[in-house]
Amino acid sequence: MTHFITKRLMGVMICAFSFVTHTSVSAGETYTLTLKDHRFEPAQITIKAETPATLIVKNLDAAPEEFESKPLRIEKIIPANSEASFMIHALKAGRYKFVGEFHEDSAKGELVAE
Amino acid sequence: MLGALIIVFREAIEAGLIVGIVLAVTRGLSHARTYVFAGVGAGAGGALLVALFADVLSKSFSGNGQELFNASILALAVIMLAWHNIWMARHGRELSQQLSSVGRAVASGERTLLALASVVGLAILREGSEVALFLYGVIASGETGYDVFLGGLLGLALGAAVSFATFYGLVKIPPRSLFVVTSWLITFLAAGLAAQSAAFLQQAGLITMMTETLWDTSWALSDKTILGRVLHTLIGYSDQPSLLQGLVYLLTLILIYTASKFTALRPRLEPRLSP
Repeated sequence: MTHFITKRLMGVMICAFSFVTHTSVSAGETYTLTLKDHRFEPAQITIKAETPATLIVKNLDAAPEEFESKPLRIEKIIPANSEASFMIHALKAGRYKFVGEFHEDSAKGELVAE
Repeated sequence: MLGALIIVFREAIEAGLIVGIVLAVTRGLSHARTYVFAGVGAGAGGALLVALFADVLSKSFSGNGQELFNASILALAVIMLAWHNIWMARHGRELSQQLSSVGRAVASGERTLLALASVVGLAILREGSEVALFLYGVIASGETGYDVFLGGLLGLALGAAVSFATFYGLVKIPPRSLFVVTSWLITFLAAGLAAQSAAFLQQAGLITMMTETLWDTSWALSDKTILGRVLHTLIGYSDQPSLLQGLVYLLTLILIYTASKFTALRPRLEPRLSP
């Protein structure tokens, strides 16, 4: 029974993985945030509302950071000296806060869709 | 130090609750604790490995490695929990029907013991790798160092305390009701994990539909508060879920509930091996 489940699950996962490698990560305009000394630069980033976009977050610190935004439903660890990219689906105009969860006192900012 | 304590504790709550529930569910089965603690050990070891190779994981699958990893782990845990509940629905009934089948029920309980131990391992693997990365970051950046690290360790200790509190709270319930309570707990737990898994697939951009926010109750009870986090694990509470998350949550609840009811009725139709 477990063997059967494992086999099926592996099948599903392989399908999912091959699907991922075929989808492109970038969509719409690309916006970049950098994180240095546990601060975002810029701390406020403006993007076009109702338009899909790509957000790149570069972590220039020597420590890993968890980039998190509840309203954008993003939660991802960005290792030290590396970057991550996020697909932002068409957003309603408004303010979307984000933080670096490991250094929430200083690492905070917001994305403004207008 | 307090900041670090809260960060780590928040990550440790989910795993802590799951360990406590599994310990209560498997109490009385021989080797149950060995299995559960082996799950804890394997999860912790795996978490260190994941933290060590976080870089590689993040870059894999066009940068979606982390999301796929989390989504798969959560999905696997959901399958294990569902399987356990469906099995126990049948044997829990037998257990209350005739005393002679106690031995068989225990034997079948042992079958799902491995599944539950792996759920523990998977929970620790996922949350533990984040804790390991946080603590590693503290050491790597070397600014505040020692007391932040101590705060982190205290947060872990509090997570373990949650396990014990959950376990002792649950075993206070009389055995007959305990079975019903834990079945529901596991069903809701699984539904919540399934919704989290769906969220990671959306984050990876694998699923692009149903991204609308169902509701926003972050003003009333944020996921990030301790209570929010506890409810997040126990019933899958989310302060800003997507439509897909809500749908997956409901579907998982309905599927596990119906499958359990269905298997609970089955034994009557099957020829029974009498001793």
